[in-house]
Formats: sequence, C-alpha cells, structure tokens
Amino acid sequence: MPAKAAFYDVDGTLIKTNVVHVYAYYAMNRGSLLGIAGRTLATAASVPLFAAMDALDRKTFNEFFYRYYAGLSEDRLISVAEDMFEDVLKPAIYEQTRDLIDQARRVGCRIVLVTGALDFSMRPLARYLGADDMIANKMQFVGGKATGKVIPPIIEGANKANAIRSYCVREGLALDQCHGYSDSASDYAMLSVVGRPTAVNPDMRLRSIARAYNWPILDLK
Amino acid sequence: MRPLKTLQKLYDEESQVVITEKGSPPRALFYGENFLLEDLPVGTRVIFPRPPLAGVPNVKAAIRWAINHPEGMEPLHALLRPGMKLTCVIDDISVPLPPMATPDVRQSILEVVLELCADSGVDDVHLIIANALHRRMTEGEMRRMVGQKIHDAFYPDRYYNHDAEDPDGIVELERTPCGSHVVAVNRRVAESDLIVYVNVNFVPMNGGHKSMGTGVANYASLRAHHNPKTIRESKSYMEPGHSELYRRNERIGRAIDKHLKVFHIETSLNNRMFGPGVDFLHKKEEDYTEGDRLKFQAMRYALSKLPRAAARTVLNSIPAPYDVTGVFAGATEPTHAKTLEKSWQQYVVPVQGQSDIVIFPIPFISPYSVNSILNPLLVQVMGLGYFFNLNRGVPLVKKGGVIILTHPAFDEFDPVQHPSYIEFFNRVLPETRDAVQIEQKYEREFAENPSYVHLYRKGNAYHGVHPLYMWYWGENGRQHAGKVIVAGGENNHVPALLGWDRTDTLTEAIEEARGFMGRSASISLLRIAPTVMVDVK
Repeated sequence: MPAKAAFYDVDGTLIKTNVVHVYAYYAMNRGSLLGIAGRTLATAASVPLFAAMDALDRKTFNEFFYRYYAGLSEDRLISVAEDMFEDVLKPAIYEQTRDLIDQARRVGCRIVLVTGALDFSMRPLARYLGADDMIANKMQFVGGKATGKVIPPIIEGANKANAIRSYCVREGLALDQCHGYSDSASDYAMLSVVGRPTAVNPDMRLRSIARAYNWPILDLK
Repeated sequence: MRPLKTLQKLYDEESQVVITEKGSPPRALFYGENFLLEDLPVGTRVIFPRPPLAGVPNVKAAIRWAINHPEGMEPLHALLRPGMKLTCVIDDISVPLPPMATPDVRQSILEVVLELCADSGVDDVHLIIANALHRRMTEGEMRRMVGQKIHDAFYPDRYYNHDAEDPDGIVELERTPCGSHVVAVNRRVAESDLIVYVNVNFVPMNGGHKSMGTGVANYASLRAHHNPKTIRESKSYMEPGHSELYRRNERIGRAIDKHLKVFHIETSLNNRMFGPGVDFLHKKEEDYTEGDRLKFQAMRYALSKLPRAAARTVLNSIPAPYDVTGVFAGATEPTHAKTLEKSWQQYVVPVQGQSDIVIFPIPFISPYSVNSILNPLLVQVMGLGYFFNLNRGVPLVKKGGVIILTHPAFDEFDPVQHPSYIEFFNRVLPETRDAVQIEQKYEREFAENPSYVHLYRKGNAYHGVHPLYMWYWGENGRQHAGKVIVAGGENNHVPALLGWDRTDTLTEAIEEARGFMGRSASISLLRIAPTVMVDVK
C-alpha cells in the first residue's frame, strides 16, 4: 500500500481557538504594563475589523493580522509559546481530536498539521498531538525582532493545497490516498486536492459543499 | 374419506399458497414508503406468511422457566457467585423489524436476570449492545429497548454500545498462525466470569454462534465470514445446514465457548408485525373486509400525499406488537436448535417447485435502516440478500430466473447513519460490481478510513466497511438470478449502477421478465411482510 498522510487544518478543526486568540495571549503577555494595555486594547478594538476581513478574504486577513506581531522579539515569542499552549491551546483541543488522529496513525498515515497560524505558536501543539510534520506560516525576523511580515507563500486557501501537493511529491506520498480535514470553506482547495477529504465541524458553506460532494462530515465538538 | 390428520396437514401446507385466478383480488404490495395495488397474471402463485403463532401466556414466567431449565448447562442461579463479573450482551436495534412494542422482550429478560443477579450478590454487571459493526444505538433507542428503570441504573457507565474499533477494548482469543483468522471479542466480555446473551430471534439467521461470534467481535474477526467466498458457498443464510456463513460462525463460536462461559437466552417471536389499524396487512386480500379495503385505500392515499421523509417517520413510528412464542436458555447449540425449530414453525411455508419469475415487494425498512433511509444498497440487500435467501436451501427462483423488486429505488442516503455507503455507491459501483474485485481493491481502504472509523465510534454511523458487506450479502442473489428488474424505479441511474433493469410498473416488469424467460414462465409472489420463508420441495 502506498505511503499516505492525513493533513489537518488546526483552528476550528482540531481546536476551538483561532490565530486571534493566540495573538491576544501574546498581547496580554507583553512584559510591561503599558505594553499589555496598548496591545490588548488595540487587539480588542480591531476584532470587528478582523471578523469582516476574515469573512471577506482569509489571505488579506492573515497579511493584515500578522502585522500586529511587528516588534515582538523572537526569543519571547518562542518562550511564551509553551505557556500559551498550556493556557490557551491545550484546553481548547476538542475532546475527540486525539481519537481522530490516533486512528489515522494506526492505519499508517503520517500526521501533518496544515495551519495558517505561525509555526512557533503551533510547535507545542504539534508535539502534543504527536504530529510528524507541520506546514505553517513563518514570521520574518530581522535582528531578532518580528517584522510583522510572513515569509511567502502565506499558508492559506489555495496555497495550502499547493503546499500539500509539494509535500507529497517531496515525501513520496500518494496524494489520492491522503486524507484532509478542515472546518472552513476557505480550505476547499486543500480538501479538493487530497483523495479523502472530510469536513470537520464545518461552517455552513463547507457543510453544503461536503453534502454536494458526498464528503464525510465529522463533529468533534 | 381422508383422515382428519391428513386434511389438517393439507390445510396447513396449502392454505398459505394461493394461485391467482380470473376473479382474484389485486395484491397489496409494499413499495418503499407506500404500497402498490396490483393485479397479477392468472396462474401466479402467491405465497402468504403463516398466521401469527400464539404467544406464551406469561413472558416472564417463560423466561424464568427457561433459565431454571436450561439446555446443556446448569440453571442460571447456580452459575452466579457473589462478587463475580457478569456481562449481559444484548442484540441491537437491527432486530426485530419494525422495533417491537414496549416492553421489548430484551427488557423482560433483563428484568428477570438483573433481579436474580442482585439476589445472588452479583453487583459487577455491565450491559453491552452487540452492535458489531452496526451503528451505535442512540440514548433514546437504548432507553426504549431496556426500559427507563434499567436505563437509569446502568446508562452510560454500565450500559453502552460495543466498540469494535477501540484499540484497548478488544481481546484476541485465538489467531491462526498465518494471522488470516482471528477470534477477537470485546474486552469486558472476555474478562467476565459469566456472559448472559440476550437474544431476539427475528429470523433463523439470528442467534446461535452468530450472537457472540459476530455481535461483540471486531473487523479482523468478521472478515473470516463476511466475504464474497463465504457468501457464494452459502445456499441459504436461514438454514444452518446450507450456510457456509453459519458454519464459519460456528467455528468462531466454538472457539469463544472454549474460552468463555456464555449462557444464552434466546427468544422466538411470532410474525404479528402490524398492530390495530393496519392489522389487515396480515390477511390475504381474499379475506379483506370492506373496512379493510377502505383502510388500505385511505392509508395509501395519505402516504402518497406525504413527503417521503414524513411517510417514513409515520411508518417507523408504528411499533410491531410481536408476541414471544418461546424462550430457550443454556448452551449455544442445544438452545439454538430449539429456537430454530420454533422459528421455522412460524415462518416456513412449503411450496412445490421453483419459479421462473419471483416478485419480492420491498418495504420501507431493513435491519440497517431503522429510523433511517432504505438507500439503494439496502434495497439491494433486502431483495438479493435477505428475501432471496428466505428459503431452506433451495431458492424460490430458478437459476437464471428473474427477480422483480417493487421499490422506487430513489437515490437517497442518510449521511449520519450511512456515510460510507455514499462513497461506495458513487465511487466503487461505477467502476465494478464484482464482489471479489471490490473486496480486494477497496475493503481495507473503507474499513480503515479514519473518518468512517470516527463516525462509527463517536457518531451513529455504520462502519466504513459495512456497504461492502451489504454488497457481498447480495452476492448469492446476483450470481443466481439471470435478471433483476426494479418495478416502479423512479430513476434510471440507480438501477443501472446496481446492474438492474427498471420499469414504470409491475405489469411492465412482468412482461419484460416473460420476454426473458418465455411466455409460459411460472411466476411467484412472496407476499412479504410479515416474514415468510419457503421450503421448496
């Protein structure tokens, strides 16, 4: 049987948080009182804008959103990531996430997380879930400080599909035997590119797409 | 003059078989969520179910008597020891059909057994539903099956569905050196000092070694008999002597009996499938009163005006007032022999010779679609799997003959209960209908698909491999019949994918079948439901 992988979107699929929760944690752990207040207030004030942009276009949202990281130090981002995992991500993991991943592992799938979040923030989660690999966005750092820009290509939408395709070619995996899991219609391309797509906790658009294409629908909540 | 005994025998054997004459009434035939009313050609042999046998006057007394006078084992009370670990394994919602009016016989058995356990100081008791790779029963269905009191006392920690995919929940009892045959059962069952199997014998295929060998096993274990080869070697699923399926279950069951102590409580039901209001469906059309005809027409009209889903809900909500005709307990084989005898007594109708053309009316329900949709694969399994096999070794239809099914054959699936069926139907069947090829190429993929495994374990879905089993189940009928026609099929693509012809009406289907088999072809109608089995002489 050819080698295969299971690709999982993370936010909303395996855990009930999103990139904003992660950033909010960084904002609230800025180090100084002024920093905390400034970043937290700015983040809170921008929530309606985030929602509107995300609804409009995930790519634009990501590009815009990651600017908020500008000026944060790389060391701090990495060290806070462990605490952030314990405080934010771990409690947000859906109860059935482990079972789903374990089942894929038992049948010989390589476990790969595919996320629009930043790689340093997702590493503890990937380790906790026993993921073999992770495809995530990478922040650009200059002189140890985040620039707020993500190294292209930004992992979202169609780029997730491209990244998965390239990963399979590089690792010698049979794409048509691979599984894909996501909660959002914005990952339609990622789900279409694998042979075995599954909608997980799907939004209305994805639910309707899944129904139309006879994809299984899971509810991990 | 014939002696009374001979006349009685003649009456018993012949009264369920009616040969259609010029003035015969039209037949009321199941057609999915509605009925057809059809005139059949003169000479058509109509085989009716036997009238319901009388039930035992006191079910609980019969249960007590059975567990105190078991076959081949000590009475149940003598097997109980304070502090022992006991597990009651219970048949799932796939039997009987439709679900029986409450109290379900399983509830009655459990009330007696659990009371006895409590009196004997047996407190470590679990109730496990033997759903094998069937869907998990919902909480509401579980409550209905055992009653509020038992449910409240045991659910969810000590009353739950078997999980064939729980990596920590399965124990291998035996394995052949090559690993091709595995005997594996539920861990709690394997670790129990005593197992009480609570059975409902809806058709002769149920019960016996199949109960444990299938009900609490896993995929690796089931592969030994749920495969095209075994099915092809089974002349009838309903007659152990002609069933390779049963023989393989028997081997597994004997291995289980070697390792575990299992006390079977089996029950046989009569075929009183329809309660007040629709009980005329038990009758031959010749015996319909004016009232019956009116009720039938009113029901047909009402069902035709309802959306299909609503009609389905209405039909599913009518419980069957089955009576318990026998309770037998003890060791697997002697107990099951008694159950089978009672079961055949209810169902078997002797008939003379096979027919060139056989009509099977397909109802709205199957063992795998309770509170769900009879999707195209299940229509197939009802026609070519179950109804074709309702015999004692010789099928009603001749080899190369024509099977006509009456059903709309709509393209509808339930994504909650049958997610993998959808993929199987739309992806596999367009490529091949060859069961052996399907087994080799697709079985492992469907069985191991993590999404389907997850939906089986955490949702209410049939296991990923189940649609393949449904296809294997129809293998005998497919290999035997020269042609299958679905009469009243509302589309072309479903019959085409299944490899069938379709016609608008039953009359057209019979014409087409006659064109295939010759103008003098003999025709039989198995007037199902209620359940009827033929013993072809």
